[in-house]
Amino acid sequence: MRPILLQGHTRSLTQIKYNAEGDLLFSVSKDHVVNVWYSHNGERLGTYNGHVGAIWSVAVNSTSTLLITGSADNSAKLWEVRTGKCLHTWEFKTAVKRVAFSEDDSMILAVTEQRMGYPGSVVILSLNQDIDAKQSDEPITTIHPEGSKAMVADWGYLNKYIITGHENGTISQYDWKTGNLIQSIQPHTAEITDLQMSEDRTYFITSSKDKSAQIFESNTLSPLKKYVTDAPLNSASITPVQEFVILGGGQEAMHVTTTGARQGKFECRFWHKILEEEVGRVKGHFGPINTISVHPSGQSFSSGGEDGYVRVHHFDQDYFKFKYPDL
Amino acid sequence: MPGFDINKLPETEEELDFTDIEEKYQVPFEEGFDTIIVVDNVPIVDESKKDKLFKFITKIFKQAGDIKEGGINMPMEVDPETEKLTSKGYLFIEFETPEQANLAVKQLDNYPMDKNHVLAVNRFTDIEKYSQIQDTYVEPEEEKFVEKEHLRSWLTDPQARDQFVLYRGDDVYIYWNRKTEPPEEVHKRNNWTETYVQWSPLGTYLATFHRQGIVLWGGASWNKIIRFVHPGVKLIDFSPNERYLVTWSNEPITLNQNGGTGSPFGPEDEGNQTIIWDVHSGTLLRSFPSPTSPDGVPNKITWPMFKWSPTDKYFARVSPGQQISVYETPGMGLVGKKSIKIEGVVDFEWAPASDKDRDKQNDKKVREDLMSFWTPEIGNQPARVTLMQIPSKEILRTKNLFSVSDCKMHWQSNGDFLCVKVDRHTKTKKSTFANLEIFRVREKDIPVEVIEIKDTVIAFAWEPKGERFAIVTTNDPNFGQPAGNATLRTSISFYYLEKAKAGKGAENASFKLIKTLEKKTANSIFWSPRGRHVILATLRSTSTYDLEFYDLDFEGGIEQKEKAKLDPGASLQLMSTQEHFGVTDIEWDPTGRYVITSASMWRHSMENGYTLWDFKGSQLQKHLLDKFKQLVWRPRPKTLLSQEAMKKIRKNLSKYSKVFDEEDAREKSSVSKELLAHRRRLVDEWNAWRKRVEKELIEERQAAGLPPVSIRDTENVEVIEEWIEEVVEETEEIVSDDEDEN
Repeated sequence: MRPILLQGHTRSLTQIKYNAEGDLLFSVSKDHVVNVWYSHNGERLGTYNGHVGAIWSVAVNSTSTLLITGSADNSAKLWEVRTGKCLHTWEFKTAVKRVAFSEDDSMILAVTEQRMGYPGSVVILSLNQDIDAKQSDEPITTIHPEGSKAMVADWGYLNKYIITGHENGTISQYDWKTGNLIQSIQPHTAEITDLQMSEDRTYFITSSKDKSAQIFESNTLSPLKKYVTDAPLNSASITPVQEFVILGGGQEAMHVTTTGARQGKFECRFWHKILEEEVGRVKGHFGPINTISVHPSGQSFSSGGEDGYVRVHHFDQDYFKFKYPDL
Repeated sequence: MPGFDINKLPETEEELDFTDIEEKYQVPFEEGFDTIIVVDNVPIVDESKKDKLFKFITKIFKQAGDIKEGGINMPMEVDPETEKLTSKGYLFIEFETPEQANLAVKQLDNYPMDKNHVLAVNRFTDIEKYSQIQDTYVEPEEEKFVEKEHLRSWLTDPQARDQFVLYRGDDVYIYWNRKTEPPEEVHKRNNWTETYVQWSPLGTYLATFHRQGIVLWGGASWNKIIRFVHPGVKLIDFSPNERYLVTWSNEPITLNQNGGTGSPFGPEDEGNQTIIWDVHSGTLLRSFPSPTSPDGVPNKITWPMFKWSPTDKYFARVSPGQQISVYETPGMGLVGKKSIKIEGVVDFEWAPASDKDRDKQNDKKVREDLMSFWTPEIGNQPARVTLMQIPSKEILRTKNLFSVSDCKMHWQSNGDFLCVKVDRHTKTKKSTFANLEIFRVREKDIPVEVIEIKDTVIAFAWEPKGERFAIVTTNDPNFGQPAGNATLRTSISFYYLEKAKAGKGAENASFKLIKTLEKKTANSIFWSPRGRHVILATLRSTSTYDLEFYDLDFEGGIEQKEKAKLDPGASLQLMSTQEHFGVTDIEWDPTGRYVITSASMWRHSMENGYTLWDFKGSQLQKHLLDKFKQLVWRPRPKTLLSQEAMKKIRKNLSKYSKVFDEEDAREKSSVSKELLAHRRRLVDEWNAWRKRVEKELIEERQAAGLPPVSIRDTENVEVIEEWIEEVVEETEEIVSDDEDEN
């Protein structure tokens, strides 16, 4: 099916996310605005205004009532999804690069940037589900990763631990209660750009500027799969229907003007998750792909690019019928 | 203290007289013996003839350098028989500098003074060394014979596959090429080379470059075979039969740096940059200084600096404008002891040998090695191309040329034809055009045929072992513009040798145009090593990466077409047009079955990697490899089959091909079976892992008092569809009943 082009941002996309039902799509961009769209037709439902800096990250809770965003204005904001009202603002010393809800929505994590003499940190905050309740400013834990700064992070299942991806390609597992490092590996040779959990959070996929994406078991961090491409990757996502992963990236934005679009490799690449073989590509963006998100029930996927567009692709019937040859 | 007088103190510091102190503490200058040489076999003379002898000796040794005053010293003794003071047959000479002494040793050792006296000249410092040599002969311990690996083992591959070397990042790989399957790795080594790799011309050795020198590898195990010490080596060149190796380094050889044992360099090598080695033994045969023009300015290095005759017997280099120096192997001396002076000579080429020539190499009656060279117009003398035999230096043919701006000599690979591409200018010198002067070398009196081309010829290539050639011409106004990104419009023309009609004799044969392909962008011609097939490629362009695969013998070839009185151009058939984005290099495999186009990171960083095609231009494999640098097919030596044997095989080809087809089919099915099994295994492993993890998850959830499955229940999803009907407009119309009544 023809992709739906969402033109609601004036600057490059930083993250997009479906809600748990998949009917809504949240997108954040460097233009300070959060947009929410109907995922099935691309109609814009509304915006969340209040940030005064580029927004780096967005997360929505499992009941689609609360939304958190992390921004370069050194704050994370909590919004009411339905009304667009800002419920709370957490102030930090530096920009917030990543936010994520725990599996039971009881906590959030925020990854803050290392800048202006402040070390990078991962802050764990408790969250009251009640919309009218007052939220606590006091973090449960603040983790200061040693060595390379954290870029991305997410929760393990049952809130057992959090997993962080670092600038030097390291992946670490932290005990969020004590802030202690449980284990750490360095499977990538360059910055980790994205980390997305599988549906049940038992494994996760990472994408890296080293042109590869990898799948790891959450508990042991043992590498399961590796997908080596020819372009730096900015995002990787796992499809719930069909055993695929979708990878996106492309030549870095600062180098784009030096070569043609063909050279940029701004395509969404579909790889077979288990066989580690590339099965197809979806073209469309004319800048690097910054973020990819798959509909929770696997009906569609969306990509957000440096070009400022979100493209929503609904899978055709062929996709669901597809069977890998000789399997 | 002498000279010290309290009343006569000097007024300034400068006037102080320090000479006495200086004398007292002067460090005696190391009176090395480096400047002294010992001359043996000097005629024994008495006092009366001493002066005469000294005069004579001085005359000889002045060639080498300045002898110190009174530097000749001849010990004399009273002969008990004649009771006269006579010399003992040797004398010492002291030179001003050690270099001069070295030169004397080098030049004048074995100098024939007269019939009975051949001078033996040695360094004084060496005499002691010689004296320490034991008088009794001690047999050197015989080295145990270690059987070497078969250096051509790769040719015994039952499927006759070819190998290639691939250099990527810091790794060097040797692969077997497998048609449609990914290549099979033979050997891999990290940091095998520091700059690039090179095969020897017959494929026996792989040369790797290191700071210290060159190493050759080979055999089935890819062990080190031999190494050549040459610090900073940058360029190498093998002789055509792999017997000799030429290396060049931008750093002149220095001795102290390699002072330790094992240094192959002697004092005569100091300052030289080019070395000729014996590949079998690894010994240094001769080193050469960099060529210089007459006024001492070093020439620009052109590589190969030495060009080898096809027999490995001679190698030569040109000193532009002056001479061609031809050296012979293994003696490394100049042929005829002097260079061939040719005024104005610009360049030369050796004629390659055909397989037939090589077979006859051991016969006595072989044609001598042949070289061609050209000289530009000098004064009243026209420009000239000359064919000369070596070593006799007999001139076989010359051709005068006029209004020449440049010449390029292209020999056909069998040495049958020489095409001289002559870039000429009109009288006004405003525009240029080209002439192709084709020498038919094997025919009597070497007839020359001239083909005039109106446009500029930018590429020329003979069909290997064939009688056809292709040229790329352009009349694009952008040609010659510096740094033009524009891709030139070109035309490609093919020519063939039309055989003489019966009864008219060979002189009537001439080259005829097959066809001209116009409005192309191709600028490079890549003939298959077996001839017939050719690729026209657009290289070094920033926008076009076209590859066109042509067959020149389509449906029977030219001769059949001629018989049928058809246009010869009909045999030229475009088989395929392809594109390889970012292509930088094109390499045919040595059998002409496959061709690899590659994009190397040495030129740009776009889509580095390589693509394998068959000769028809259908793509077999494509590999995108990050940091891909170089890919070279391993050359094959000449076949050992006789002409008859090859003919026989060709005749029975269908019989053999059946077997090969079966083999291919078997391989394919086994590969696909393997792949299938591999995929199944992966899926099974994944499913088993999922089962285990899901079980663990359920257990943990139960322990935490949570429902077992958190995964979305897709069955019971409630989809609410809202249909909103909006009434846009409502109008009422009264429809008359009239029509119903009708």
